[in-house]
Amino acid sequence: MSEVTRNMKVLVPLPQRRVYELRGPKKVRDILKELGMPAESVLVIRGNDLLTPDVTVPDDAEIEVRPAISGG
Amino acid sequence: MKCKKCGRPAVMALPRHNAAFCREHYLEYFDGQVEKAVRENRMFARNDRILVAVSGGKDSLALWDVLLRTGYRADGLYIDLGIDGYAERSKEKAVGFAREREAAIRVVSVVEECGLGIRELARRARRAACSACGLYKRHLFNREAVQGGYDVVATGHNLDDEAATLLGNLLNWNTGYLARQAPVLPAAPPNLVKKVKPLYRLTEREIAAYAVLRGIDYIVEECPMAAGARSILYKNLLNQLEEESPGAKARFFFGFLEKGRPAFAGEEKDVALRACACCGQPTTAEICSHCRMLSRAGTGPPPR
Repeated sequence: MSEVTRNMKVLVPLPQRRVYELRGPKKVRDILKELGMPAESVLVIRGNDLLTPDVTVPDDAEIEVRPAISGG
Repeated sequence: MKCKKCGRPAVMALPRHNAAFCREHYLEYFDGQVEKAVRENRMFARNDRILVAVSGGKDSLALWDVLLRTGYRADGLYIDLGIDGYAERSKEKAVGFAREREAAIRVVSVVEECGLGIRELARRARRAACSACGLYKRHLFNREAVQGGYDVVATGHNLDDEAATLLGNLLNWNTGYLARQAPVLPAAPPNLVKKVKPLYRLTEREIAAYAVLRGIDYIVEECPMAAGARSILYKNLLNQLEEESPGAKARFFFGFLEKGRPAFAGEEKDVALRACACCGQPTTAEICSHCRMLSRAGTGPPPR
């Protein structure tokens, strides 16, 4: 029987919409480090909630890392 | 992390304030920063009519939201710049926001006015897209405010915008701009309307957090014309500094307002404004730069 593993899904909408699958559980600050995204430039969103860097995201969660910097 | 005020789980950490807040106290913090900006800079009074320039993005919709929620008389102004696809999507966000809150919104279309979208207009006038866009928008902000009888135009400029502009002006030693960069640009005769930036104390990230927590449906995608904009480079550099040294952006910009800007006061040229002979909007020349741009692009003068 093969082992079923579930990874967390991390949606990054910009600059191109991409979904990363990461092995959890993992703290928000470590997720950002892994994706190379500076905490000061993004929000981490789960549902209608915002996650602070110390929150541990479980294996099966779906989160969004939304850039908060715009130009012009 | 726990909320600094009540000990409940925090939704937002603010390293620059050495604090974290729950939803309720984060919104209280946000309102407080806006209120402080408005009060300390005498941006507007309770009974003033405010025209909020809205793009459909987080900053301008958050600004409109906080002004409406705190009881100000604030209408929206959306400018359709004719940018393929993006204009429709951003307009829907701005108009949808107004509809949900039963707020008044004025919509002006650049294509309807001059027959060209901003991209083509900029190309024909041989101007950088963001420069043509900024020029056209400033023209319309003032014109619409005058026509609508508004006391003040409010824009969603935030701490990151202001710090990035300051960095750019310092790198190029634009002393005239350094003399003028401020949260309030006063009214002037014959018809220049006062402009204010009530979000200048808040970072882009803090404003995005407010928008998410308030359930504001804003356009997340970036304006396609802003790709590669110098301002984004400056913002990223400043955010690298902020990560290493929380509060760096605030110290940089607020310090400039307090100690730096006065040193450039002598650079401000005292030039008299007059009405543009073509469109009637304020200018230092006979024909304003907006009308000169339209003329170079080969389109007719805008309506008076």
